[in-house]
Amino acid sequence: MGTNGKMIRRSDLGFWQKIYLPEIVKGLGLTIAQMFKPKITVQFPDERFKPEPSFRGRPVLVEENGVERCVACGLCARVCPALAIEVQASETPLEKERFPVKFEINMVRCIFCGFCEEVCPEEAIIMSNEYLLAFSSQQEALFGKDKLLKPASQMQDRLDWLRAHR
Amino acid sequence: MDHIDILITLAKIVAAFAFLILGAAMTVLLERRVSAFIQNRIGPNRVGPGGLIQPFADVAKLVMKEDIVPRSANRFIHDMAPMISIGVALSTFAIVPFGNGIDIFGRHVKLMIADVNIGMLYLLALTSVGVYGITLAGWSSNNKYSLLGGLRSSAQLISYELSMGLSLIGVLMIAGTLRLDEIVLRQTQYIGGILPKWNIFLQPLGFITFVIASFAETNRLPFDLPEAEPELVGGYHTEYSGMKFGLFFLAEYANMITSSAIITTLFLGGWDVPYIEGLGLAPLTLALVQVGGFLVKVALVVLFYIIVRWTIPRFRYDQLMNLGWKVMLPLAIANALGTGLVLLLIA
Repeated sequence: MGTNGKMIRRSDLGFWQKIYLPEIVKGLGLTIAQMFKPKITVQFPDERFKPEPSFRGRPVLVEENGVERCVACGLCARVCPALAIEVQASETPLEKERFPVKFEINMVRCIFCGFCEEVCPEEAIIMSNEYLLAFSSQQEALFGKDKLLKPASQMQDRLDWLRAHR
Repeated sequence: MDHIDILITLAKIVAAFAFLILGAAMTVLLERRVSAFIQNRIGPNRVGPGGLIQPFADVAKLVMKEDIVPRSANRFIHDMAPMISIGVALSTFAIVPFGNGIDIFGRHVKLMIADVNIGMLYLLALTSVGVYGITLAGWSSNNKYSLLGGLRSSAQLISYELSMGLSLIGVLMIAGTLRLDEIVLRQTQYIGGILPKWNIFLQPLGFITFVIASFAETNRLPFDLPEAEPELVGGYHTEYSGMKFGLFFLAEYANMITSSAIITTLFLGGWDVPYIEGLGLAPLTLALVQVGGFLVKVALVVLFYIIVRWTIPRFRYDQLMNLGWKVMLPLAIANALGTGLVLLLIA
């Protein structure tokens, strides 16, 4: 132990090191000591990994005062490298004037790159910390507005993180 | 020998085989759990309490798998090789004494299957036969990796068998007999009234050489060159699948248990539990405690095998041969000569 990156030649070894057995006993001690260290395994279905705010889970639409922040500019759909996002815009009497009639992410296509979040001028689409995404059909993987909308209060961790790091 | 003797022998065979097969299954689980713990993981703990049913689930899976034999393989030998391996692993166990004899139903029953008067020779002879299982498996598969694994195995076993046999000579000279039960009986006394007269204390050098040779004989790391997976795919069992592979696997672990039992018998006092005669137990209880002591010792040696596997990297082939011929053999000869000299001076 502790060779500090120095090359060790056989002629440098002492008598006890050449005999090899004391070194083996040292090694055995090392492995036995490892046995009693805490385990790093997360036993998945019982225990769940809790992601940090920097984690890029599935993208969600931020909902504020019961309406999505999205103004349907279509930048996210334009930047998406996997062509997973489809937006159809329409007009609204609200201050933001435009809103998406249809906002659909094909989660089979999504590659969780986070470009949509990065390009969004309104901080309307952000990456959540949800990672349990298993589908039994292609249809199930099409997430419409009903599944994408999330109140801003639930996404505060990520929003704060975005403010702090961008 | 009447029919009750036959019944008793049959019962002993069933008990020993059940112990060996179940023990091999449990050793597989133990190895997986211990290796996981050494690597800060948890290991299989889902099937049954603490993963206890896991080995049986594995066997069930292996039995249901398709048995694939390469077209160019020698079918007969290909089928025979795993049988030789497992047969040798099981039959070596026949001479291991589990405990002192017990008197039951007016008979004296020795707790070993075969009371062979050349026990130690039988042991050495059978371990040599064990090479055939691996070598034939490698040869009959008609695959270069298998063949190399098989050849390495035969070279390795021949080299280490010599030092194994020679390191036993010291024990042999001290005990003056080849019978394993008497070798254990000789170890039940004390040196100076305190230290148990186990051969490990009388023959430390012999013990070390024998243990190293046993590692080589059972193809365990650091001597698992016959199946060295980074170099030889899977070694001698590359072309084996289904339960035939399972038999090799089982044989490896059964061999491990058998050699642990033999190390225990020859060097660690066998079924001898030191200082127990002071307790004044009833004969039957005493015998049971001694069997328990034997099992505990075997389990500890098996655990040692496993921890060594996950500590030491594999030897290179030339290092293996150097160690076998230039270190182990001279040490074993020196040990035999030294023991002879000391015995001569004492006598």
